[in-house]
Amino acid sequence: MLTANRLLDGEVVYWQGGDWQPDFAAAEIFDEAEAAKAALDAAQAFVRDNKVVGTYLFEVRKEANGVAPVKEREIIRSLGPSVRRDMGKQALMPVPPAAAKPVHETSPPPPYPEEPDVSI
Amino acid sequence: MPLIKNGAFVEDRFVFIPEGQAFPDDGGVMVSLARFQSERDSIIAHHRPVCVRLAANENPDVLKDDLPNIDAIALEFPIFRDGRAFSWARMLRERFAYQGEIRAVGHFLYDQLAFLMRVGFDAFEVRQDFRIAEFSRAMAEMTYVYQPSVDRRKTVMQIRRGE
Amino acid sequence: MYRYDEFDAKMVRERAQQFRYQVERRIKGELTEDEFKPLRLKNGLYLQLHSYMLRVAVPYGTLSARQMRQLARIARDYSRGYGHFTTRTNMQYHWPKLSEVPDILELLADVEMHCIQTSGNCVRNVTADHFAGAVAGELEDPRPICEIIRQWSSFHPEFNYLPRKFKIAVSATKEDRAAVKYHDIGMEVITNEAGETGYRVFVGGGMGRTPYVALEIGKFVGKEDILAYLEAILRVYNEYGRRDNIHKARVKILAHQLGADEFRRQVEVEFAEIKRHGTLHLPPEELKRIEAYFAPPAFEDLPETAPEFEAAVKADAGFAAWTRSNLTPHKAKGYAIATISLKTIGQTPGDASAEQMDGLAQIMEDFGFAEIRVSHEQNLVFPHVRKKDLPAVYARLQALDLGAANAGLITDIICCPGLDYCDLANARSIPVAMKLQERFADLERQHELGEIKIKMSGCINACGHHHAGHIGILGVDKKGVEFYQIQLGGSGAEDASVGEIMGPGFGKDEIVDAVERVVETYVALRAPGERLLETYRRVGMTPFKNAAYQEQMYAAY
Ligand code: SF4
Repeated sequence: MLTANRLLDGEVVYWQGGDWQPDFAAAEIFDEAEAAKAALDAAQAFVRDNKVVGTYLFEVRKEANGVAPVKEREIIRSLGPSVRRDMGKQALMPVPPAAAKPVHETSPPPPYPEEPDVSI
Repeated sequence: MPLIKNGAFVEDRFVFIPEGQAFPDDGGVMVSLARFQSERDSIIAHHRPVCVRLAANENPDVLKDDLPNIDAIALEFPIFRDGRAFSWARMLRERFAYQGEIRAVGHFLYDQLAFLMRVGFDAFEVRQDFRIAEFSRAMAEMTYVYQPSVDRRKTVMQIRRGE
Repeated sequence: MYRYDEFDAKMVRERAQQFRYQVERRIKGELTEDEFKPLRLKNGLYLQLHSYMLRVAVPYGTLSARQMRQLARIARDYSRGYGHFTTRTNMQYHWPKLSEVPDILELLADVEMHCIQTSGNCVRNVTADHFAGAVAGELEDPRPICEIIRQWSSFHPEFNYLPRKFKIAVSATKEDRAAVKYHDIGMEVITNEAGETGYRVFVGGGMGRTPYVALEIGKFVGKEDILAYLEAILRVYNEYGRRDNIHKARVKILAHQLGADEFRRQVEVEFAEIKRHGTLHLPPEELKRIEAYFAPPAFEDLPETAPEFEAAVKADAGFAAWTRSNLTPHKAKGYAIATISLKTIGQTPGDASAEQMDGLAQIMEDFGFAEIRVSHEQNLVFPHVRKKDLPAVYARLQALDLGAANAGLITDIICCPGLDYCDLANARSIPVAMKLQERFADLERQHELGEIKIKMSGCINACGHHHAGHIGILGVDKKGVEFYQIQLGGSGAEDASVGEIMGPGFGKDEIVDAVERVVETYVALRAPGERLLETYRRVGMTPFKNAAYQEQMYAAY
């Protein structure tokens, strides 16, 4: 996936169909590195227009109940602080994220992620 | 590049002469420290006025004995975050009592102009579309200063003490 | 406390306008993000994981009730109802919008506050002993000189683009509560043989990737010369600090590379030059003028203790426990220094809600406290409380959920925001701190364990001072998964030392058990009266390490 922060308010945004939007679940998933790179290039227009800053690609993997970022950092960015469930994107979600994404709070520490099914 | 001095655009007296290029017959020249050092005698004798351009890591201390023969010193900002030239300028003015022009060249920002002025710069090479009104605005952003510096502005402490 | 005059007031007003113009230019695109970033950082504005974060300076950790109320208001209106007190005694707001920040600066200016140089490669907020002016055995209140340094360093024309950030702290007692030897410059107020007070000046302490305890550079610097001496140090650093490698750019690297003698020699050369000019001389009358602002309140002539206090200690075990951990002897009879723990179990260490801040301001007004302090241990302090008022103050604190009796104990954990908020983090720190607090929640056990300082950082930048923790915990990232390294034996006090790394990290579900085994090992090995730090210094790492890794060798991966 491709992400950035909005210049005006710092909100985390994701790339979808040639524009930015704040919803992780609606973000575009790239299976091919080339398509991801093309999107990253296209996104630079928004940087030049001073709409977003800090564009970069990150990895996600497919899980039973949807898609989740591989790295803890991106999981937290997609939700909000794990210690304040009432703050950030998660505050607006209908399902409490702890239930929706068991990967955070309760699961035992995963061994080194094996990276079978990694998309960007 | 446009040059601001004493708050106004002025004609540049110097032409930068890159390494290996011959000097013009007359007119002021700007040279690197290396070139100045290697051709010092002939430059001082034949090519005045002269401006020596120092990179950010070149301490002007090396020029201290030649300062009476140097008409201007350009201090370079490779990137605006590199703040060494702020100390070099101050050292030139305070320690060596240098009276010639000290010029800021390279990548520095509007937001640094007031500080540059305070530490002893008096000339600024600015980008093409820079307006003189911006320069005046930068100088007027802060009314008071807390520290004594080259510009000898009265500090807040001095005003408080009625000095 | 210090009050702005027209000059200081105008400075912060103009600064707000200056920043408004910078924001406008950024939004219009006249400044690129690369150019804007150092400018916004000099104003304490970061772009973090979820939003911008604004860091407000609390110079030498001193706040009035009016300022506390304004901080509450800003939290409510711009930061979703809370703020975070940091180890630099600043206040951080996690949720402001870029376009709102100039308005926040105006609100701060209204109460004589600002965000000037709370980040960026410049001289940062000056910190001092949080018990300054109240504790016994102090040579003098260190805050007047801090205020003078605040003014001297604000908008310093020569030193706003240093190789890296620069932090100064001042202490005036034998006990060092300001961690002076972990600062770029640490100043200790001392007297010389002639009986004059001045400063011993340490340079080149620091945490981060390469922790160093500072070197003694100025053995005795007279008061009138101190600004000139600081300026000399900064100049040597500005000229010769490394700029090619961000990890080697702090003055600690330069100072330790040159060694104390050579660094001192270079400073002395600059110092002589600056003195020759004479302009930075600090007139004694000016120092006196500033000192007058910090004059302590007129202490009443009170008996050593008060019947209300003694009765409450007997009647209320909770209060009794709080008095044991959270009170420090005051220099005036019948008074105490009260630490307000921001480490209530189940809450983010250092966080305070707008309601709590308002409530604290109300207590200050009701009891006539002119000031409250922020400590680098992320707690707050009422410096001058009459003992007879303590039961009532405690009750009010409890009502605000701020009555935890754990100051200096194992659950009084210093903890940076970590990966829950911070863009630079490798791992979360807050949830680990909270789990540790739960594990050791039993108050009797905490008091029985005595002083144990756990300090935790979410990355090598060490905002949580993990190098200086009796038990330090550092979050690391292994391929996107969080791990936690333990360090033992650090101290940020007068016996400063850098903690020793135990070994490979523990997983996030193992770290709490590992810490508990370390603590149990201490209990088993300690000599009477020995703190964990002392036991560790006596017996070394091995027994702790063996215990910690017991069943955990797989954690080493
Ligand atoms: S220590 Fe690292 S993670 Fe923690 S606040 Fe500092 S930079 Fe962020």
